Amino acid sequence: MGLIEFTNRGIYCKQGNFYIDPWHPVDYAVTTHGHADHVKWGNKNYLCHDLTKPILKQRYGLEDNVQTLPYNKEIDINGVKLSLFPAGHVIGSSQIRLEYKGEICVVSGDYKVEYDGISTEFEPVKCHTFVSESTFGLPIYTWQPQELIFEQIINWVTDNNTKGKTSILVAYSLGKAQRLIKNLAGAFPIYVHNSIANLNEAFVEAGVDLPETIRITPEIKKDELQKGIVIIPPVLADGRWVKNLQQPAIGVCSGWMAVRAGRRWRSADAGFALSDHADWRGLLLAIKATQAEKVFVTHGSTAVFSKYLNEIGISSAEVTTKYGAEDDEVIGEENKEEIK
Amino acid sequence: MKRFSQLIQELELSNKTNDKIAALVSYFTEADDRDKPYVIAMFTGKRPKRPITTALIKQWAIELSGIPEWLFGESYSSVGDLSETIALVLPPAENAIEKPLHQWIAELAQLQGKTDEQKKSYILEAWNSLNTQERFIFNKLISGNFRIGVSNKMLVNAIAKHSEEDSSKIMHSIMGKWQPNEITYQELIAGAHVNTDNSWPYPFCLAYALDTAPENLGETTAWQAEWKWDGIRGQIVKRNGELFIWSRGEELVTDQFPELHFLKDELPDGTVLDGEILSVKDGKVQSFSTLQQRLNRKTINKSQLSDAPIGFYTYDILEYDGKDIRQEPLSARRKILVDIIGNLTTKDIALLSPVIEFDSWEKLAELRATSRELNSEGLMLKKLDSVFHTGRKRGDWWKWKINPYTVDTVMIYAQKGSGRRANFYTDYTFAVRDGEKLITIAKAYSGLTDKEIKEVNSFVNKNAIEKFGPVRTVKPELVFEIAFEGIAESKRHKAGLALRFPRIARWRKDKKADEINTLDDLRQLLNSTI
Repeated sequence: MGLIEFTNRGIYCKQGNFYIDPWHPVDYAVTTHGHADHVKWGNKNYLCHDLTKPILKQRYGLEDNVQTLPYNKEIDINGVKLSLFPAGHVIGSSQIRLEYKGEICVVSGDYKVEYDGISTEFEPVKCHTFVSESTFGLPIYTWQPQELIFEQIINWVTDNNTKGKTSILVAYSLGKAQRLIKNLAGAFPIYVHNSIANLNEAFVEAGVDLPETIRITPEIKKDELQKGIVIIPPVLADGRWVKNLQQPAIGVCSGWMAVRAGRRWRSADAGFALSDHADWRGLLLAIKATQAEKVFVTHGSTAVFSKYLNEIGISSAEVTTKYGAEDDEVIGEENKEEIK
Repeated sequence: MKRFSQLIQELELSNKTNDKIAALVSYFTEADDRDKPYVIAMFTGKRPKRPITTALIKQWAIELSGIPEWLFGESYSSVGDLSETIALVLPPAENAIEKPLHQWIAELAQLQGKTDEQKKSYILEAWNSLNTQERFIFNKLISGNFRIGVSNKMLVNAIAKHSEEDSSKIMHSIMGKWQPNEITYQELIAGAHVNTDNSWPYPFCLAYALDTAPENLGETTAWQAEWKWDGIRGQIVKRNGELFIWSRGEELVTDQFPELHFLKDELPDGTVLDGEILSVKDGKVQSFSTLQQRLNRKTINKSQLSDAPIGFYTYDILEYDGKDIRQEPLSARRKILVDIIGNLTTKDIALLSPVIEFDSWEKLAELRATSRELNSEGLMLKKLDSVFHTGRKRGDWWKWKINPYTVDTVMIYAQKGSGRRANFYTDYTFAVRDGEKLITIAKAYSGLTDKEIKEVNSFVNKNAIEKFGPVRTVKPELVFEIAFEGIAESKRHKAGLALRFPRIARWRKDKKADEINTLDDLRQLLNSTI
């Protein structure tokens, strides 16, 4: 294997002696983005994008040992040229480009190709070896343009509003929440859970242009919430706090909502197939654009997707990793308690 | 079709009966009257003849989406529904058309007899004009198979609420023989077709499982006890010289049971009998597995006729001399039934299901323990003064079944479920020990709580050994107690035997894999039941 190898600690670059998104503590970890399945606490050093730093600080208390880079700026680590390119997944998410003696490898972390209005738009990077996710690596996943989905969400909220229902959108605190806020702002006041408000503050401090939202506190009256949009992370969706709102209507925002079974599994009142991962066509488009000779498929529909790539003439192999468990999202212990 | 599409979405997003009924009522209030008979037909399983085979539809979808067949297969196993898989893999539609539901259905019906090319061009154009949700519904219209979690009872309740008509009358009406293209919604509600229709059955009266000691039912003299037979509950309708046999599933199964056709000549007009279709050989009721060999076949061959001859054990009479006598007490209905069966010239095929004599609950409990010797599932207790209720009602009829058989097994394969459980491993294959080996004995889907499913799911994710498509081989560690109703020899199964109606009784977290049952244990059980 060339520039990277897959070890039981994570993706390892031997020449540079660093890991990318390791799941066991190492000396030097390059971090693609701030989701919990890609960041483990306890590494000696972290390298990430400028806008991932506030996330690491806010969520994991990491600060002093975090080094940052903007997109598209090359640094040298033990002779390996390393640079970051936007992955379009969440704010700060990066593809890691490695170059050593003319050999180029790109580790994409999680990505989507559609511009979401808040994360820097995905940029294909030419390389010899590409490491891709395949969360939605089946042809049943085709996203609608996000404008259409936001229109559906606004219609749903408007309808709830007139029926006296409280509109609760379920979205990951990091990524989906900011995407919703950015694109839904203006139509209704937006109330957000602590875990989201904390991240938003960190982003605003770091210079991200985020519309204003209201942090949910016990003082806010239920009929105020009923007139707005409430955004909470998935772990709270089945909680008591939600049940006690005025006629709660739960709208889950996730790519899994594209399939009826996904919509039915959670007790959702509405499902919006809004994903921060590439759909089937997006994955293929991104991979072809890299012109890579070899594609490693990490998490998701790895076996199927990898088999298909081989069939269409792109040499591919599946790799076992510990990514893809965003459901276990870390929102901080103090936030797991329900809002009193 | 928009309004229907909305209804389907509403029905799918709720698990609560009240929400579903509310969604149906508002549909019947707002929808085009011409669509409604079709919706009722679909929800009650009245399927039009398929205009196009599944194979063709699938083939066209694969062609159009440009994916290999195996990838379509993987997609299907992830989605769990063919119509939905097709709706999702097709390229986005380029046009948009809105046609009312009844028009789509009529157009599909007109495809009968057309060439494959004509059919294909129609279907492709439709696919290219519908969004994903509408495509899904359109595909369901082709198959005619719309299982959406709406029971007949729920549907009837909604129509009754909307029309302010009596629900039993509506149940009658929709269970009768009618074609959605020949009847209006108003006629259907009014039951206009029912009087002229010879075939309509009555809703079955069903029993709850006895959940208390029989002593609490009071005096034994107020009750009639019968064996609970393990066959197909059926209703035999004879009116105006015609004979109809209905199954509990509200299907007409007349042709499947030629042995019973003599009743057409021997039963008086205006007679409806309730009973159990069984395989009876030399006066002995045979096991359900024997009967099963000849069910749902288009033609029945000679060996099936001689191996599994049919008998009909009558329980009750619902219509006599053209009059609905369901409101008469059971004791009176039984007297009439005895006469009717006694008057048949052909003996030994349509029989009275015997009434069990007993003078104490203890005595009856002893008799119940012998049920298996008769290939019966236990007892039925019916109050002598009970009317023949519509559907399930507590208090008058009870089933007092013997406990199922159980076997301890270990899980060896897991597969993701379908429907609401498509993202979880919910379908398991279980094995018993055969010497040093494990041998597959049953597959089961139900019986675990959502919480347990999640637990098993995470076990499978951590302990999968091999993949075969959607199936995972897992470390044989988790022990489950499987309950089942019967056991039969089977050449199709590696173990040489098959369990009937296996389901997970409980997860035996207290047991280890070396404590499970053996194949010999099951063989012994098989030999004792033959």
